[in-house]
Amino acid sequence: MADKRLSLDDLVGELRSGMTIGIGGWGSRRKPMAAVRAILRSDLTDLTVVSYGGPDVGLLCSAGKVAKVIFGFVTLDSIPTDPHFKVARQTGSIDCMEIDEGMFYLGLLAASHRLPFLPTRAGLGSDVLRNNPSLRVVTSPYDDAEELVAMPALRLDAALIHVNRADAAGSGQILGPDPFFDELFMGAAERRYMTTERIIDTDQFAAEGPLQTMCISRLLTDGVIETPGGAHFTACVPDYGRDEEFQRAYVSAAADPDAWATFRQRFLEVDEAGYQAADKGPSSERAGQQTDDAKERRTAK
Amino acid sequence: MSATHDAPDESGVTRAEYCALACAEVFRGDGEVMASAFGTAPAIGARLARLTFAPDLVLTDGDAALVDGAPAIGAAPSTLVVESHMPYRRVFDVVWSGRRNLIMMASQIDRTGNQNISAIGDWARPKAQLVGVRGAPGNTLNHSTSYWVPNHSPRSFVEQVDVVSGVGYERAASAGPAATRYHEIRRVVSNLGVFDFETPDRVMRLRSVHPGVSVEEIVEATGFELAVPSDVPETRLPTPVEIDLIRTVIDPRGQRDREIR
Repeated sequence: MADKRLSLDDLVGELRSGMTIGIGGWGSRRKPMAAVRAILRSDLTDLTVVSYGGPDVGLLCSAGKVAKVIFGFVTLDSIPTDPHFKVARQTGSIDCMEIDEGMFYLGLLAASHRLPFLPTRAGLGSDVLRNNPSLRVVTSPYDDAEELVAMPALRLDAALIHVNRADAAGSGQILGPDPFFDELFMGAAERRYMTTERIIDTDQFAAEGPLQTMCISRLLTDGVIETPGGAHFTACVPDYGRDEEFQRAYVSAAADPDAWATFRQRFLEVDEAGYQAADKGPSSERAGQQTDDAKERRTAK
Repeated sequence: MSATHDAPDESGVTRAEYCALACAEVFRGDGEVMASAFGTAPAIGARLARLTFAPDLVLTDGDAALVDGAPAIGAAPSTLVVESHMPYRRVFDVVWSGRRNLIMMASQIDRTGNQNISAIGDWARPKAQLVGVRGAPGNTLNHSTSYWVPNHSPRSFVEQVDVVSGVGYERAASAGPAATRYHEIRRVVSNLGVFDFETPDRVMRLRSVHPGVSVEEIVEATGFELAVPSDVPETRLPTPVEIDLIRTVIDPRGQRDREIR
């Protein structure tokens, strides 16, 4: 079997400005954050980001990497919205395609199956159709003649996902409760990259979890990168939960240019080894804030 | 809002408990459907319905599992009895099959039942970006959907929402039979009262007022012309069994008192 192991630098070297990049995970859960951090350090720009959005989207927006976001939501889960994405939207600095979560799923599925579109009710009557004038409806060719949304394939130039375990040949194992749509992101993409907590020998998968956890086949991967802690600060259960303290620090730093400069310097202008080694424990400068978050949490779901 | 709203009325039942009960009523008559509930009052309501008049309801753990019984709000995951795996991809199978009854929250809701959780202001460059439309467009077209609004005011009950996320009656009708076929906005529960769309022209109607709230107060807190029947009942009093379930089994930590201020 081919050895698909790469470094984060190799991965970034495979990407180009202007690409459409799909990012796996969901909200602030199992995001390929090490890969996102590597993109932040690169000179890549003008990206279209396709994501069940979390801090991946916010961080890429904060660094001016993003031309357009295709999303159904952008949330940090325990904090309803991402501060950088909010700013990007409210200053009009990015283009958007905002669609229903299920339309998003069907777009990836259509791309995976090499279909132009898949039909759905989702979107009809909502502002999703008004705000995305390129979306079309299609009439059922059968007796019902229902008019449905034709969700176009979301074709990706590249996909990035993060999994708990992988082997060097590119099979991946997701040990947490939800595989999300990672398999479809990979299926929808030209180039497919998987970061992992740990690369193990193929014959060790069975000891880590049952057959159903081995859900990314090597048919779907071009490169695999070992990045322990690579989903931090998002959740990567059972290896680790979300670092809520650090996530709050991220949100609070985003509210103030000086605090953000410090955050960037400490955590983003260092390589991945530097990020993992950095002191991310509680500190005085992270105290305070949160009133806005608490207020928004009540209405965000 | 005045502090007296949180105080129990003469029956000893608090506003938060009336809200939870009103949310439970959303599930009355449901058979074996997945009850999804966002917010504390809806979460209590779904559990209360499951333990009383809708015993076949299927509850979720809020993550990727369906769970047996009606675990207390905030119960440790290790104490839950899982009956089935329900990752997000499978949730769409349930949504599109219609075997679901959902209470979502709404940043804005309007007269014909449109809901907004996407953005405040002009969508192209919003004044405030919210979480996003999420699954609201598809949910509302595929299964019964209700809304929980813990802060009833002219800013949340608006003439027209800024971004139609969840689809209301007028919009569904104008989108055609594929949109109306499975569409139902069953109820809106706020901290002041209960609302439905059981009017000839499918506009929001005051269904009941929570004890301690006047019809005038609700009309004043609503940013559009509400259909108000000549005789508006009070939201019903929970039975002693129901109130005991809420207080000792479902929400012993009193999370409900933190949601309504």
